[in-house]
Amino acid sequence: MFLNELWAALVSVWEALPGLWNLTIGGVWETLYITFASTAFAYILGIPLGIMLVVFRKDHLIPSPRTRSLLDVIVNILRSVPFLILMIAAIPLTRLVVGTSIGTTATIVPLVVASFPFVARTVESSLLEVDPGVIEAAQAMGANRFQIVCKVILREAVPGLVNGAALATTAILGYTAMAGAIGGGGLGAIAINYGYYRFRTDVLWFAIVELVLLVQGIQFVGTRVSRLLDHRQR
Amino acid sequence: MEQGIVAREQIPVLIDIQGVRKVYPTQVGEVVALDGIDLRIRQGDIYGIIGMSGAGKSTLIRCINRLDAPTEGRILIDDRDILLMKRRELLKMRRSVAMIFQQFNLLMQRTVLGNICFPLEISGMPRAKALVRAHELLEIVSLQDKAKAYPAQLSGGQKQRVAIARALATEPRVLLCDEATSALDPLTTQSILALLQDINRRMGITIVIITHEMPVIRQICTRVAIIDDGRIAEKGDVSKVFAHPKTAAARRLFLGAQEEIPTGKRCVRIAFTDTDTYEPVVANMILACGVPVNILSGSIQRVAGQQRGQMLIELPDDPKGAQRALDYLATQNVTVEEVSGDVPE
Ligand SMILES: Nc1ncnc2c1ncn2[C@@H]1O[C@H](COP(=O)(O)OP(=O)(O)OP(=O)(O)O)[C@@H](O)[C@H]1O
Ligand SMILES: [Mg+2]
Repeated sequence: MFLNELWAALVSVWEALPGLWNLTIGGVWETLYITFASTAFAYILGIPLGIMLVVFRKDHLIPSPRTRSLLDVIVNILRSVPFLILMIAAIPLTRLVVGTSIGTTATIVPLVVASFPFVARTVESSLLEVDPGVIEAAQAMGANRFQIVCKVILREAVPGLVNGAALATTAILGYTAMAGAIGGGGLGAIAINYGYYRFRTDVLWFAIVELVLLVQGIQFVGTRVSRLLDHRQR
Repeated sequence: MEQGIVAREQIPVLIDIQGVRKVYPTQVGEVVALDGIDLRIRQGDIYGIIGMSGAGKSTLIRCINRLDAPTEGRILIDDRDILLMKRRELLKMRRSVAMIFQQFNLLMQRTVLGNICFPLEISGMPRAKALVRAHELLEIVSLQDKAKAYPAQLSGGQKQRVAIARALATEPRVLLCDEATSALDPLTTQSILALLQDINRRMGITIVIITHEMPVIRQICTRVAIIDDGRIAEKGDVSKVFAHPKTAAARRLFLGAQEEIPTGKRCVRIAFTDTDTYEPVVANMILACGVPVNILSGSIQRVAGQQRGQMLIELPDDPKGAQRALDYLATQNVTVEEVSGDVPE
């Protein structure tokens, strides 16, 4: 009967789970390591760049439209290079920084190069949401530019920045899978090695489910934290 | 107050604006926002600057703390030219020239207390000391129970009180108010104006108020300047300017649209300082010249604590009767000004 067959299938899936879990758990940790490390470095570069993209606007804190448009062009160029090509192009840089161009840690360099312009854009759009009137009020109080950036612009943008960070982290997680496919570590490598080269579709699907859950989890935490930190409503 | 006893000229000038011009270069050409502004704001003044939208009010007030730099002219605060100040000096100056805004501009991610502490924090005051001061200020603006609230949880009037407390934190000598009550309902406006007046009296803080609302000027200002198309059309004591508006810009603002002068008729505007004479003058005029006149409008308002009456009268068509009416009015203790309807500005 159909129901019996379905039951049997479910039981076999259930029994296969511990094996799949053991096979992939290393990949999960690797993926998380690559993702968070890359995101952290991407923010170290992206936040200052995002700040510059905002404050150098001609009606903002430190009007320097020329510098801004230069940065703007650089960011656009970096963003328009497809990730796969950037990865390959970044190999010399990766060798220089990490000493090797393959493996888990080596994946971080191209990921950072590929994602910091994106991070800068999300930072830029969060900072632009800060009410110019509040910045003006701080200027009228005699705050200097450093204080305005730190205590007004960044501080007021925290909820938007947290939302953007969740977005950036999940995007970078997507990139890690791609990087894994071409010599990096993590779930992407497992999916390719088992699912593609060894025809283990079960591993492939298991890895996909794990990636989906990771993305969902990060997004959920990001949205929650952002809402918790936002005092504009209630 | 003291101003009655001491001659105005003896009170020190706090803000001296000399020949200020501000030109904005735009794609469509230059916009002259301010065109030769001269103003002297003395210590303790509540100086109202009133004008229509686009007259240049915000531009002017933003020049006073150099949020905007004038294209030409000088601005002296305490005899020091703020346009010559170095950045560091400028930031220090801004602590003594506080500002509040129409949209309040509070930090949304900080509590009320955090907002009031902000200017103290940036001036380097230790946190414990700042908190003590912030609580004092909350008391002044009667918001002790809202210390832990966020701005989003406050009404417009409460937000403006927080903004005022925040502005007062660094013990400024001047408070600049750009349309500070324009986003508030009439009752809340009253309470904010009363608070400003109280601050002016108790702490001796000089206040500059930008507004397009006549009642704001009438209620608390001691001096007024009327700004029209980037120029000062008229300035002086509120009671004087209000009683004898000399320029078209002033009349347009003071009398508003409620008054229409019929075209082709000769009309006179009579202003009374002493309201006891309000009715007898007209009655007596009719008796004295033997012609009926038409009262088009009349009003009594409180200006700077004094009763002011004014009336618009249509003169009789008969020129002799009209002349008799004018002759009679000339003998009375009133100001008479002929206005005619066929020249609508
Ligand atoms: N940054 C700017 N660039 C170009 N033109 C400007 C700028 N700021 C103001 N202006 C122009 O200067 C003139 C005066 O503007 P201002 O904001 O001072 O008027 P206002 O009296 O405050 O009006 P409102 O009552 O509407 O606030 C206007 O014609 C305005 O278009
Ligand atoms: Mg304005």
